Amino acid sequence: MSVLARASLAELTSLTSGIDLPQVEIVKPAEIGTLMVEGRAGGGGRRFNAGEATLTRCVVRDGARLGFAYALGRDKAKALLCARLDALLQDDARRDVLMTQVVTPLADAQQRRTDDASRRVAATKVEFFTMVRGEG
Amino acid sequence: MYVAVKGGEAAIAATHDLVAQARRGDPNVPELQVAQIREQMKLATARVMNEGSLYDEDLAALALKQSQGDAVEAAFLMRAYRTTLPRFGSSEPVDTAHMAIRRRISAAFKDLPGGQVLGPTYDYTHRLFDFALEAEGAAPQPRECDCALAAHMPRVLDLLGAEGLMETEAPPSGDPAPTDVTRDAAVFPAGRDARLQMLSRGDEGFLLGLAYSVQRGFGGNHPFAGEIRMGEVSVMFAPEELGFEVDIGDVTLTECQMINQFTGSSEAPPQFTRGYGLAFGQSERKAMSMAIVDRALKTRDLGEACAYPAQQEEFVLYHCDTIEASGFVEHLKLPHYVDFQGELELIRKIRREQDERRAKAPKIEVEA
Repeated sequence: MSVLARASLAELTSLTSGIDLPQVEIVKPAEIGTLMVEGRAGGGGRRFNAGEATLTRCVVRDGARLGFAYALGRDKAKALLCARLDALLQDDARRDVLMTQVVTPLADAQQRRTDDASRRVAATKVEFFTMVRGEG
Repeated sequence: MYVAVKGGEAAIAATHDLVAQARRGDPNVPELQVAQIREQMKLATARVMNEGSLYDEDLAALALKQSQGDAVEAAFLMRAYRTTLPRFGSSEPVDTAHMAIRRRISAAFKDLPGGQVLGPTYDYTHRLFDFALEAEGAAPQPRECDCALAAHMPRVLDLLGAEGLMETEAPPSGDPAPTDVTRDAAVFPAGRDARLQMLSRGDEGFLLGLAYSVQRGFGGNHPFAGEIRMGEVSVMFAPEELGFEVDIGDVTLTECQMINQFTGSSEAPPQFTRGYGLAFGQSERKAMSMAIVDRALKTRDLGEACAYPAQQEEFVLYHCDTIEASGFVEHLKLPHYVDFQGELELIRKIRREQDERRAKAPKIEVEA
């Protein structure tokens, strides 16, 4: 779910385009709301409300399986697609195909983006030296 | 008291048309796209998200386009939109120790486990115009290091806590859910949770001015930037219908931990005390100002004298909200004809009575 939540609708549509996704029953249509994001004073102390974030959720049913989607942002089409995928990923007959063709490539791409960003940041690693007066 | 007025519909409709034209500017210049603002004006959208108290980069970019770049008007749009949405719940408290670091510095400790990284900062630029930006160029290619940063960078102040010289930050017993000033009006004295929430929503300029006043001597604290970090943090949410936590995506956050000298008081031994700032997006000035003001507002908790404006929580917290402040100041532009007519009548009456009293009073002859 975390990988799907971080993917864009364009990525999800393109990766699922060759896969036959069965229709599902919509239990809760995609809905936009907010989530209060909490922080902690000092990073580890008392909880406080830092501010809200937009969030889209959707629930679908595929037979006995419920598929859920919760993703930051306001993309209803993405939430619906994520919920469908979540339901189908619980189906042993489909799981492997979906993992190989959708989830793993997305996870790899996300990891690559994180690593690239991290290597660029690492290039700005800084060593400061303190100068003592009268030295040299 | 404000007495409502009627009329002006045609003029108001015409001003809406005119503002649309003013917003568009010269039609020969290509129109600004929301995605361009989102990608290329990130520090502006961060401010709008903070003061609008709603994390959504697309909406903040649209708000800036709609308001012609007026950050306060844009934040107002965010607040207004927020009120139309249902709230699905609260996240788990974000874990900034597991941030995907894009910037991490300390002005107090030279050697940090994990190292210091400058990240994208204007700190070491010369503040000279780069006229090359007037022309469109190829996308910049920043240099890359062979190895990525450590996945986990501990918060510096947590490392120092062990020595006992640093004020501890631990959850109160039972780790209670925080007060929400958007649901329950703030009461004074305010808890740290309400204070931090109000500062998070507070105007950057107001908090910056207060933080500056503390540094210049109107607050009795000399702060050190113990650690400033910026990067992406996962948001975890446990929806009721699911019954377990799910990771719903990343938000960019800036966190600032200020360290302050403290000589001790009747309530606390000499130690370093802390101020905390947390802001959406890359918002370093806001996070730093918030941390300094947060520390100044700990006056009561630490048994210090409350002598300066930045230490007076009702003054600070009631006046730091951009939307409330601009609403009250700017409402003075709206027609106040009845109020003013009333005051005019009152002044005339006082004058009339004064004149009458003078006319009736016996004249005193003063000899030369």
